[in-house]
Amino acid sequence: MTTGLNANHLLFLLHGAAWTIGLSLIAFIGGGLLGMVVALCRVSPLKSVRLATGTYVQLVQGTPLMVILFMTFFGLPALGLKISPLTAASASLLVYVSAYLGEIWRGCILSVPRAQWEAAECLALTRAQRMRKVVLPQAIRIATPPTVGFMVQIVKNTSLASVVGFVELARAGQIINNSLFEPFLVYLIIAAVYFALCYPLSRWSRRLERRSARAQEARSLSTPPGQLSLT
Amino acid sequence: MSDSYMNSDDPIVMLRDVRKSFGSHLVLAGVDMEAHRGEVTAIIGRSGSGKSTALRCIDRLEVVDSGQISVCGRRVDDPNVDLKALRLDVGIVFQSYNLFPHLTIEENIMLAPRAAKGVDKAQARELAQSVLAKVGLSEKAKAYPEQLSGGQQQRVAIARSLAMQPKVMLFDEVTSALDPQLTGEVLKVIEELAAAGMTMVMVTHEMAFARRVADKVVFMHSGRVWEHGDASILTDPQTPELQQFVHSDL
Repeated sequence: MTTGLNANHLLFLLHGAAWTIGLSLIAFIGGGLLGMVVALCRVSPLKSVRLATGTYVQLVQGTPLMVILFMTFFGLPALGLKISPLTAASASLLVYVSAYLGEIWRGCILSVPRAQWEAAECLALTRAQRMRKVVLPQAIRIATPPTVGFMVQIVKNTSLASVVGFVELARAGQIINNSLFEPFLVYLIIAAVYFALCYPLSRWSRRLERRSARAQEARSLSTPPGQLSLT
Repeated sequence: MSDSYMNSDDPIVMLRDVRKSFGSHLVLAGVDMEAHRGEVTAIIGRSGSGKSTALRCIDRLEVVDSGQISVCGRRVDDPNVDLKALRLDVGIVFQSYNLFPHLTIEENIMLAPRAAKGVDKAQARELAQSVLAKVGLSEKAKAYPEQLSGGQQQRVAIARSLAMQPKVMLFDEVTSALDPQLTGEVLKVIEELAAAGMTMVMVTHEMAFARRVADKVVFMHSGRVWEHGDASILTDPQTPELQQFVHSDL
């Protein structure tokens, strides 16, 4: 097979892959921070706050990420706000991730048994103390496997940033293919790189899930002292 | 008015004509009850008689529909009641222990004194040691709840409550999830507390224990106090309902 694929192309792909990782990290960290706020607002004692964030989540989840990207990249400049592809992609992913993680984490917070809230309440802890010292530490354990699982979605969804011209892995592949006209080979390589990024994450997530299932099981059988150290 | 001066012989806990429904289901149909300083009150009755609900109303885990509840002179039925002050006065232990699984035994006990009372860490640890000694679990300070038996977990729950130095302790069927042997070790702890003069209100199915330890027995039936008095009402019940209840226990 004669192909024009050379080291420069591969270097270009590597560069794109680095941006895919970078964009994923921005989306995960930024979206995670905002998602935490969303989750806490979703379980707020104030109905108006719950409703407002609930609407936000519904709107974002009901809109394709691509449309959010178009809105920020083409829509905001029309309103007089100049925005770079990186900023547009980061902002869109942040909004997208915050809505999904916020909703996942809300579920995790609510799945901490009510009795735990009650016990903390009866010990004269304030609402904030109950949340910080009793509920969140338990919710975080529950949240870890689905959160890692969602990171796979984030990595794959960064490919949509290519629609606003941001050069990450998918866009880098497109550019190379435009000069080589070897779509099967080029996209096979792209797919392999995405897989290499995502597979460890999903393996990790599955392992965490199994571990938490085991812990749950150990908790439900009231194990006599000492026996648990075997696991 | 809720913080009015309290005489030493005023009841610590007082319920007057307390009513409560869940939806259309009337759970408390006018309950009157009093518990005085140093007294052990046992609330007995069939499942669904409203005894647990009555207990939960005392700590405002349920809000009453009407009637009065006061604890240490504080009106609990007042919508503006100072909940933190109430919870500092009242300790409660649940059937399902409800220890915090992510904290060690010692941390479970230290959490509330530190967070709610501002006790410093060293002092809180000392406090944890002293209450753990009281329930005979000093050596378990660094263990996690899941490493303990049900009876041990329940004793820790009692210790955790004791560490807040409450004026009254509520027990909500604390031995119902335990086998007889573990029940015995928990009841022993409660009996020691009673001997030390702790004011306690307990919902229980342990009739022998109620007979032996309770100063006052309250028999609830269909959301009302059907019969009450000292432990002798268990040996000489006046109403057919209590007669039947006492006999079904034998």
